[in-house]
Amino acid sequence: MIESPHYTPEHEIFREGVRRFVTRECVPHREAWQKDCKVPRDVWTRAGELGLLCPKLGAEWGGGGGDAYHGLVIIEEQTRAGFSELAFYLHSDIIVPYIELYGTDDQKARYLSRMATGELVSAIAMTEPGAGSDLQAIRTRAVRDGDHYLLSGQKTFISNAQVADLIVVAAKTDPDAGSRGVSLLILETADAEGFTLGRNLKKVGCKAQDTSELFFDNVRVPVANLLGGEEGRGFYQLMQRLPEERLIMAMSAVAQMECGVDEAVAYAKTRKVFGQRLIDHQDARFKLAECRTTATLGRAYLERCIDLFIEGRFDARDGAMAKWWTTEKACEVLDDCLQIFGGYGYMKEYPIARRWADARLGRIAGGTNEIMKDLIGRSL
Amino acid sequence: MTAPPSAPGDRAPVTILPFQPEHEMFRDMARRFLQAECVPNREAWEEAGMAPRSAWRRAGELGLLCFRQPEAYGGQGADILFSVALMEEQVRAGVVGPMMSLHNDVVAPYVELYGDAAQKARVLPRMAAGEWIGAIAMTEPGGGSDLRGMTTRARRDGDEYVVTGHKTFISNGACADLIVLAAQTEGGISLFLVETAGLAGFAHGEPLEKLGQWSADTTELFFDEARVPASALLGGVEGRGFAQLMARLVEERLMTAVGAVATIETALARTIAYTAERKAFGQRVIDFQNSRFRLAECQTEAMVCRVFLERCLMKFMAGRLTAEEAAMLKLRTTEQQNRIVDACLQLHGGYGYMLEYEISRLWLDSRISRIYGGSNEIMKEIIGRSL
Repeated sequence: MIESPHYTPEHEIFREGVRRFVTRECVPHREAWQKDCKVPRDVWTRAGELGLLCPKLGAEWGGGGGDAYHGLVIIEEQTRAGFSELAFYLHSDIIVPYIELYGTDDQKARYLSRMATGELVSAIAMTEPGAGSDLQAIRTRAVRDGDHYLLSGQKTFISNAQVADLIVVAAKTDPDAGSRGVSLLILETADAEGFTLGRNLKKVGCKAQDTSELFFDNVRVPVANLLGGEEGRGFYQLMQRLPEERLIMAMSAVAQMECGVDEAVAYAKTRKVFGQRLIDHQDARFKLAECRTTATLGRAYLERCIDLFIEGRFDARDGAMAKWWTTEKACEVLDDCLQIFGGYGYMKEYPIARRWADARLGRIAGGTNEIMKDLIGRSL
Repeated sequence: MTAPPSAPGDRAPVTILPFQPEHEMFRDMARRFLQAECVPNREAWEEAGMAPRSAWRRAGELGLLCFRQPEAYGGQGADILFSVALMEEQVRAGVVGPMMSLHNDVVAPYVELYGDAAQKARVLPRMAAGEWIGAIAMTEPGGGSDLRGMTTRARRDGDEYVVTGHKTFISNGACADLIVLAAQTEGGISLFLVETAGLAGFAHGEPLEKLGQWSADTTELFFDEARVPASALLGGVEGRGFAQLMARLVEERLMTAVGAVATIETALARTIAYTAERKAFGQRVIDFQNSRFRLAECQTEAMVCRVFLERCLMKFMAGRLTAEEAAMLKLRTTEQQNRIVDACLQLHGGYGYMLEYEISRLWLDSRISRIYGGSNEIMKEIIGRSL
């Protein structure tokens, strides 16, 4: 139960809609989509139709005008249904805000309402084969050529790329200017000459979520698509957005560990071992008690973080703490929960197995947990 | 000993606790008392195994005792945040004895909540003044967390009860004037307000030698046909003791967690200060990546513990804190207390093993928190049964 004063009955109504969509229109297809390593494009359109995309975007752009708890609701419902991997939040709460917050009036007018309907699906391309958390080392170049930039380079680990109509690409507009030489360009993928979608990479988990390599060979991007219209702002824009991205990852991690504990407790109450229920064995009961305690602390901490965020008081250090702690604990808790299931826990038909595999990404994505500790350590 | 640096992290913007100016004034006064009148005597009190009666009297004069009791009984009708402030300051000052929280938050409430008017009028003003020091006696050599197994008996004999039995690990046991004693009666477990002065058949042992907490006495108590008046039966009805004890455990565990989180924050503040000063291999210890990462981990754990503690305190004040939540809180904050203080000691290197460094004392004093107030295994049972 969410205890925050910011969480209202309206969120609960929204939750009902999300739950119906996820359980009726996603879960029945999950296995097929996982085999394909992506979801069909119309899943996005349908989510848009139902008003489930961009819940936080301003209503003037067709968004829901909501808050971070709407994002949490979507993540929780997806996670509970065992379909956490599809990153609606990446589009809705990570990429759309770049345009809403930093875009020019023209960019907002061109894109935002179409992103809210699902007509345009987005991806963001930061990571390169040689530059992950170390963003300043990116080598993708954007060279000004009249009214265009010529974009060259390659990116990897890009979620949503298989279905994306828009890709926000981080590129160097001035390779000698360090972090001040990074800019964000909005690439429209349709008919973009020189743009090649690489392999859809096979991953440990998060199977229905596509993750791809991208190649750019002198792709022409209009100057009007430079985010915000000013060069060199990209690094700053990215840094500004990271606390929220990390908060979203914390939402996912907490939801994942709560579901894992619920499932493990339910299993331990039915499964008989040596003539008694598994939960009647003290070691299993104590393990589950510890897991439940961690999840309960995680929930309290997450809600406090969301409240701070809504109140405008959630800073970079908070984001780093929330992200590493929740993702680390999610993996620990889910590993203990998997153990409760014994051999069944290793079988993919059991949600716990998929949760275990899916959660592993949390410690890497959004800046590795080592980067998080570095950030916190520098602020000591 | 120097005062620790201020608490780490963004305590002020993060806290959701409704501290008011009067809490801060109280906190300042407590800090002054601890720094000026306790810290300089700490070693002498450790040598003696307890704080002297004069320290209790002085605390009473200053209003640091039983301030949550009603004004009619010598208190100030204060809320739990005053107890939180006192506990935090006591931990930060490194002062274990006098164990004011035991006296204020554990013992006195039994009298306030379950005592009759005469009992309250007799006991509470004396406890508030520091004239009487309180203790509570539950544990026996053969029964710790397992209360129902206690063997101390109180047999009714006319206008008196005759008490026989053996208690152990009793904090304030050597200095207590008033002991809330749990004993078996015909109607089940009952609590008695035992006044120790001149009580024939009562004796306490020498303070037990402990791993830490040296300025707080912990003793055995012996009752051999000790006669207490029937009016000593708490609340006047036999057999209520078990329920009374159970009902008070939530708050006891909450206050244990307040101490645990204060210890964590104090240890971290000291360790950050130490590693920022100490050089090794030509750079500051804090500049080594491993040090920074360990401290970053500890700070985050500290933050999570504080957030959960504050949520539990708010729920407690709203009358909504459950036994399971209190068990989770006690379990996790005391586990983290021990882990973090250990990590902090490690970052002090050899100095961390020397008693002149505060971190070594925090390490020694912390070990008990995983055992008392119901061992952490009992906490897991409580949580486990509620799953």
